[in-house]
Amino acid sequence: MTRFIARRMITMVALLFVISLVTFVLFVVALPGGNPAAMIAGRLANPAEVHLISVRYGFDKPIWVQYIRTMGNIFTGRAYSYQQGFNVLQEIKAGLPATLSLAFGAGIFWLLASIALGTLAAVRAGKYTDRVLTVLSMVGVSLPPFYLGALIIYFVGFKLNILPLGGYVGLSNPGEWFKHLIAPWFTLSVLFIGFYSRVLRSSILDAMGEDYVRTARAKGLSERRVLVLHVLRLSLLPILSLWGLDIAQVIGGGAILTESVYSLHGVGFLAYEAIGNFDTVTLLCIVMLTALAVVMFSALIDIIYAYLDPRIRLG
Amino acid sequence: MSTITEIAFEEPVTPDEQDAPPGVGVYALAWRRLRHNRVAMFFGFVFLLIVVLCLLAPVYSADVAHIAPDTEVTGPINLGHGKILYAINTVGVPIGPTWSISHFFLGADVNGRDIAVRLLYGGRNSIEIGTVAMLITMIFGTMLGMIAGYFRGWLDQLISRVMDVIWAYPAVLLGITLGTVINIQGFLFLHSTTLLSTAFVVGFVYIPYIVRPVRAQVLGLREREFVDAARQQGLSSFRIMFGELLPNLSSTIVVFVPLMLANAIILEAALDYLGAGVQPPTPAWGNMIQEGLNQFPGGFHAVIIPGLALVLTVMSVNIFGDGVRDALDPRSRAAVRQAKD
Repeated sequence: MTRFIARRMITMVALLFVISLVTFVLFVVALPGGNPAAMIAGRLANPAEVHLISVRYGFDKPIWVQYIRTMGNIFTGRAYSYQQGFNVLQEIKAGLPATLSLAFGAGIFWLLASIALGTLAAVRAGKYTDRVLTVLSMVGVSLPPFYLGALIIYFVGFKLNILPLGGYVGLSNPGEWFKHLIAPWFTLSVLFIGFYSRVLRSSILDAMGEDYVRTARAKGLSERRVLVLHVLRLSLLPILSLWGLDIAQVIGGGAILTESVYSLHGVGFLAYEAIGNFDTVTLLCIVMLTALAVVMFSALIDIIYAYLDPRIRLG
Repeated sequence: MSTITEIAFEEPVTPDEQDAPPGVGVYALAWRRLRHNRVAMFFGFVFLLIVVLCLLAPVYSADVAHIAPDTEVTGPINLGHGKILYAINTVGVPIGPTWSISHFFLGADVNGRDIAVRLLYGGRNSIEIGTVAMLITMIFGTMLGMIAGYFRGWLDQLISRVMDVIWAYPAVLLGITLGTVINIQGFLFLHSTTLLSTAFVVGFVYIPYIVRPVRAQVLGLREREFVDAARQQGLSSFRIMFGELLPNLSSTIVVFVPLMLANAIILEAALDYLGAGVQPPTPAWGNMIQEGLNQFPGGFHAVIIPGLALVLTVMSVNIFGDGVRDALDPRSRAAVRQAKD
């Protein structure tokens, strides 16, 4: 097991390196940040000053030197946004509470809800309940978060005045924190629940046809025990790996739509603003954060997999 | 891995299929199953209806509503019989739906433009972009997947790793980054005023979603006897890929078409909403929602209406696509039957 984890760690670092390199090249070449030196120098600077800044910040150096310098700055916490002047890592740190609250609250909710609904649909396959759940999941995967969010804000927030219209309140005030997050959690979860419950339903149905399930039934286990101990244990695996990737993307600012419709000033909102300002450094940091979260969660899921299904460890 | 053909013939026989002559093709069988799925057929029809309505946008605009999608009505409209209609009232709130087919059927937006006209034009844009994006995804995804799976080796490594990198980015984040870059500085023949830009961005983002399953299937197919036989005959790799592998991949590809179309339409709307897609005043469902939200909470019908059109369209495609998948992959139906036993 230790060797398995060690091997995963090495692959993880290699993948992170590649992702950072590709991102850097892509962003420096593709993003029209203009001349970053001119941006720092300000509107009134003369060409000599711009040149001086360009030399001091190293914008005249080859791209790989710039890459090493930028990555060094990110790891030592000295990455500054050329356009907006703030320390990027501190901005991200300020956005993390909102994003993490959103990610874990919604993540737990959509995982539990899809396990419940997916199992129910599979057990009742072909019956009325299954059909209703199928239609509901189709509606769910067709609802864009920004539209659902707008509807909830208008009808529940504005008309009924039950929930706040948006924004984030820190955990120091748990009641308000919960009230501000309940609608974002729901909005973000709907799409995932629709998708996950369908995947789980079909993987449970697949598993029910397996020999080991027939054996379990034949030795007289109750239907409930067969379902929980034998069918669900393996059927949950595909859902878990999806969950790892999705929640990692939400942590890395992937929930841009939900965060922007509810004005949750998290990492996704920061990314959205950075793109509007062509802020390469901020975007680079956020993409690195996303990549780190994705790689870490997929490694974690792999380890859980290996624990649940020992066959994988050998492969 | 067994092909769809074999599975199709192992299917337990239903009364309808008993009448089928031996040797009926996969698609004929699938069509027969699909035809009996009334829900899927209904929503397929709904989608078709939406497409036709949107294509008729210029007709509605010119001959029924007599107003262009960009016309801003700020003054009073004389309806005759002494009735006067204001598209926007004195405090700047646009009128809601009048339910009168000839003027402001679905109300006006904050600029005094006819929402019904913009909805049809916007739908035409959204569906066109979605379709082109889906085609880009399917074509490039299938080709890259086939190349990676067929040649294996370093080519496979290269393609798979590049796909891993694209996969690691959240779709929306990658989409707005590319969309913003193209909207501001352009890329090759793409710039902010062509709808193609958004279509390319959306199409690009989803390529890995096709490459992975296609590659996996090709890896299995290439070891089979018919590919060996083709190789022994001295067919070129190109001929083997397109003549032998592609037909065997077709049902996988067909299953993905509606799914990817639905995803593309949703992502396109999301990019519009975030300002990285179709630029106003060109209407598209996403930017109509965004413009409607700008003056929250007034004139909220300008948000609800394009959103409903978007959800209905995507839902129709999704439900029809689900039916197509059930029809082409009878294993899922067989599983349902087993569970019922």
